[in-house]
Amino acid sequence: MLDLYGTKLPSRLLLGTAQYPSPAILADAVKASRASVVTVSLRREMAGGRSGEKFWSLIQSLRLRILPNTAGCHSVKEAVTTAQMARDVFGTNWIKLEVIGNHDTLQPDVFGLVEAARVLCEDDFAVFPYTTDDLVVAERLLAVGCKVLMPWCAPIGSALGPVNATALRSMRGHFPDIPLIVDAGLGRPSHAALVMELGFDAVLLNTAVAKAADPVGMARAFGNAVDAGREAYRSGLLEPRDVAVPSTPTIGRAVFQ
Amino acid sequence: MKLIVNGEAHEIDAATLAELLAVLDYEGNWLATAVNSDVVHATARARFQLNDGDRIEILAPMQGG
Repeated sequence: MLDLYGTKLPSRLLLGTAQYPSPAILADAVKASRASVVTVSLRREMAGGRSGEKFWSLIQSLRLRILPNTAGCHSVKEAVTTAQMARDVFGTNWIKLEVIGNHDTLQPDVFGLVEAARVLCEDDFAVFPYTTDDLVVAERLLAVGCKVLMPWCAPIGSALGPVNATALRSMRGHFPDIPLIVDAGLGRPSHAALVMELGFDAVLLNTAVAKAADPVGMARAFGNAVDAGREAYRSGLLEPRDVAVPSTPTIGRAVFQ
Repeated sequence: MKLIVNGEAHEIDAATLAELLAVLDYEGNWLATAVNSDVVHATARARFQLNDGDRIEILAPMQGG
């Protein structure tokens, strides 16, 4: 079972809650995916507004683990303050830490990320850092107290899938005992299956489900793909070969002349 | 007193953060607040004194990825 900061989770899929056609479809998609964690955010509330209350009620009704994010933060101070505000509202010390460094690629500012992670870990947060596949950055994040790593496999919302499977494989090899979650860039269930086959512990996705023609069907497909990829990894995959090898026994075959 | 609330300037008479929320019709236990980029926890709003020019952020749960 997936163990994140001492919490055991039955599913290896973490699902975002943004961009769905309606709250009802969001709820149905979450159920169809069998995700055990949903990500949420904080945004400005209008005076007299109740939008936050409605969304919060819906999320609470799902009865799942909540992972607030610091999406959109571009500085250490912004990310740390947002994390503290999220803890106040959502009542959890879990935080998906994003410190964005580039507007176009939404790639993390890994220097700010390490610093923000240090501050938050010292403040007893369970930090889930949205990072790159850089091994040195990963080492620094672990050194400041992170116990989970969440590398991207492609830019957020790009649907490109794993653009550098070699780097992901290397990350798995370097950190055999650290929970690794691919966060961002997955476009298809086959992408999720591939990174799970590489030995990643879980995937976190949003856009590929929310923007599908049928988000509920796509959520179910991703859930199945994650399960398939995990079971394949645990079952031992056949390594590719350059020559053909007959699968049917050659001994005892008839000879016709 | 001039206050910047969620990026917009307001002329409001409110001595504390709790009073400000009441004047602007914010209510509920799902709000998070910060003043001048520092968190003010829900339990501290009633005694948190506001000053002219303070920048207040009032956030609520929202969809996120």
